[in-house]
Amino acid sequence: MRTIRTLASALAVSTGLAIAATSASAESVLRVAMTAGDIPVTIGQPDQGFEGYRFVGYNLYDGLVLWDLSQGDTAADIKPGLATSWEIDPNDDKRWIFKLREGVKWHDGCDFTAEDVAWNFARVSDESAPQFNAKQFAAIRNRTGIIDKVEILGDHEVAFITSQPDALFPYQLSYWFMISRCKLTELGNDYEKYAVDPSGTGPYKFDAFVPQERLELVKNEDYWDETRIPKHDRLVLIPMPEATTRAAALLSGQVDFVEAPSPDTIPRLESAGMQIVTAPYPHNWSYQLNFVDGPFKDVKVRRAANYALNRSEMKALLGGFMEEGYGVVPASTPYYGNPMFKYEYDPEKATALLKEAGCYPCEITLAISTSGSGQMQPLPMNELVKSQLDAVGFETNLDVMDWNALLDVGRPGREKNPEIDGINISRALQDPFSALIRHVYSKQHAPKGSNWGHYSNPEVDAVIDEIYSSFDPTVRMEKLTKLHEMMVDDAVKLMVAHDVNPRALAPNVKGFVQAQSWFQDLTPIVVE
Amino acid sequence: MTAYILRRLLYAIPIALGVSIVCFALVYIAPGDPLQTILPEDASAETIEMVKKAYGFDKPIPVQYAIWLGKVLTGDFGLSIATGRAVTDDLFKALGNTMLLATGAVVVAFSLAFVMGLVAGYHAGGPIDRGVTGIAVIGVSIPNYWLGIVMVIIFAVELNVLPATGMGPRGSDTFNFWEWDHFRHLLMPLVTLSMIPIGIITRTTRAAVAEVLNQDFVETLRAKGLSEFEILLHVVKNAMPQVLAVMGLQFGYLMGGSILVETIFTWPGTGFLLNKAILTRDLPVLQGTILILAMIFVATNLVIDLLQTMVDPRLKRS
Repeated sequence: MRTIRTLASALAVSTGLAIAATSASAESVLRVAMTAGDIPVTIGQPDQGFEGYRFVGYNLYDGLVLWDLSQGDTAADIKPGLATSWEIDPNDDKRWIFKLREGVKWHDGCDFTAEDVAWNFARVSDESAPQFNAKQFAAIRNRTGIIDKVEILGDHEVAFITSQPDALFPYQLSYWFMISRCKLTELGNDYEKYAVDPSGTGPYKFDAFVPQERLELVKNEDYWDETRIPKHDRLVLIPMPEATTRAAALLSGQVDFVEAPSPDTIPRLESAGMQIVTAPYPHNWSYQLNFVDGPFKDVKVRRAANYALNRSEMKALLGGFMEEGYGVVPASTPYYGNPMFKYEYDPEKATALLKEAGCYPCEITLAISTSGSGQMQPLPMNELVKSQLDAVGFETNLDVMDWNALLDVGRPGREKNPEIDGINISRALQDPFSALIRHVYSKQHAPKGSNWGHYSNPEVDAVIDEIYSSFDPTVRMEKLTKLHEMMVDDAVKLMVAHDVNPRALAPNVKGFVQAQSWFQDLTPIVVE
Repeated sequence: MTAYILRRLLYAIPIALGVSIVCFALVYIAPGDPLQTILPEDASAETIEMVKKAYGFDKPIPVQYAIWLGKVLTGDFGLSIATGRAVTDDLFKALGNTMLLATGAVVVAFSLAFVMGLVAGYHAGGPIDRGVTGIAVIGVSIPNYWLGIVMVIIFAVELNVLPATGMGPRGSDTFNFWEWDHFRHLLMPLVTLSMIPIGIITRTTRAAVAEVLNQDFVETLRAKGLSEFEILLHVVKNAMPQVLAVMGLQFGYLMGGSILVETIFTWPGTGFLLNKAILTRDLPVLQGTILILAMIFVATNLVIDLLQTMVDPRLKRS
């Protein structure tokens, strides 16, 4: 009997060991090479641009509003997140009522309630709150600045009071992540500690972190959205700023998923059996123009520049990895509309327009960068633009600087840089405000907002005001479409290209659907 | 001797101050702004002002410098603007990683270069000399970032025998020098980094040895009937101070970490750290890193000077 028991227990132990060994070796891991130079911060609002939002923000955390990234056929739009529904108060167009999702737990086990929303608002707005963080404040201020107050209406209901009517308000909330009040309080509001022990409600939980090198997340088995429980066990994020290194790491099997391989490496990656995925997304490689100081204040010169560009040559330069830009947003955007002007390559017309405008030869200076987030291949692309512009009668000077310096020209606007006629900063066009309004609204004149060249047009302003007060989505879409058409017809930008955001995946990575968005959902990925 | 060392250490103080002032000033003269990194692209002027205040950038530059210096004297290098982490933590970790790489490169490059230079110098003018000089010229002339990329293509992509990037399979925290699976991450960056010092030290050693061989005392030694090996020992001893000086410089450069090589191999050392800090104008990280690297350079020079004195008593300082 004793022997049998010993045998049985030995068997049990060895089986247990075997099972443990199998499950350890069967852990499926997705390793992603990011373009960032460091791990995005984990304390809520990430840094490293939208790449930080894509890989850290939406994985560890949720917003009240999220993006629907489940398909790649049309431009992504927002969907309920930690809020299940929202509506504008029928009696007050500055009061939004949000119903919150019930039964959601933070990674630390606490319950998600309306208190958390109010606490998170204080975290990024109230300097006297113990959880306030200046960097987080800076990172989200342009989205939450419109909120005057958060009212708790019940355990799972809140109201946001905005300083002015804003029909686009739910879009702003899609960028704002909720972090755990329980956890930060437990850590004595110490963000340095919280950074290595963060707690959200997202589909992945924090596991390990080596600064500058890797962030390891594991799947959240209890994620509230069962359709988005990750189909792999572990997600490893590795910063790899050098494009050649990323391609080599994929080819040598060190990573499974690579962001932005450079176009010249793509044929090699394809020949090694890697999957290249692309999709148009709300990105615009263009120049914001100076409407006050230089020749671009004349619409004829702006149109001439747009007619001068041979965008198919640009596409060939990038190995086909771009969409030709004839509008401010890509053609698949719901509010693209039918602009009267389509700036097909027409050098004769461009020259004629320049002569008509009395600017021939027409000297312009464009500020450009050597690299940077979303800038694609800025040097060869700008050289090509220059040669095409010069061929029709422009005399283009390129003022080359590094990315940080270009941002420094970008923020203060034309007033501080009157000698610059156009600035080449790629813009994220994720939502209607970012895509259209901020570039042309007179209330957005830099340095207050992103209207770098101080475009002012009372008709455009009137349409924007109507958009802000159109709470009916159909009416709002009509107005947005009209706004986009007006912007193209008035040639408010020198429109060049929309990136298609190539990514390279190892042959054994299955199930990824590239959404038409800056953000992507990694949860459906299966690593075979 | 002790007085000499103390005096040299005292000299290091104005050097450190000078380096930190120049670095502080350069970041302000260069276009760009450290806060760009943490502000969203359409941050309003009010937000920018508020954040400037929170980070102390609203104070006059000399005041900012004084505050920074005061903290450094207590060993506090501040927090990185970009990441919010303590500069000291990131800096010393990166320094350790670079030191590992640099020490490896030093061992490989110095021993190989010294032997090659010695042989070439001894046979100056002959075919061996020409061959070695050729190798040295290649070592100096090939840009090491190019060599790094080519090696990655050959050994990681085509042959798939070495990893293309990173420090160990799970990051530097778990790196174990004695395990092959970890050690092989070190190989390509190490070889890449060794090439330039190999070239420079080989040429210096060759020149020094050839020069000493032409001196009269060698003739005297030969006349005394010493073996060629014994003669060579004398020659090496006489050539050594010159070689040591160059080795010291090279060691200093290697310790600084190569921005290009570390970026290509994503090796988390000081070069990688500096690259990121420059691009984001992360002032506290830049300041701290450059200051420490400058101090290492000063210390290396001191050690080399002392070594030279030991090898060649004629150089003895008062």
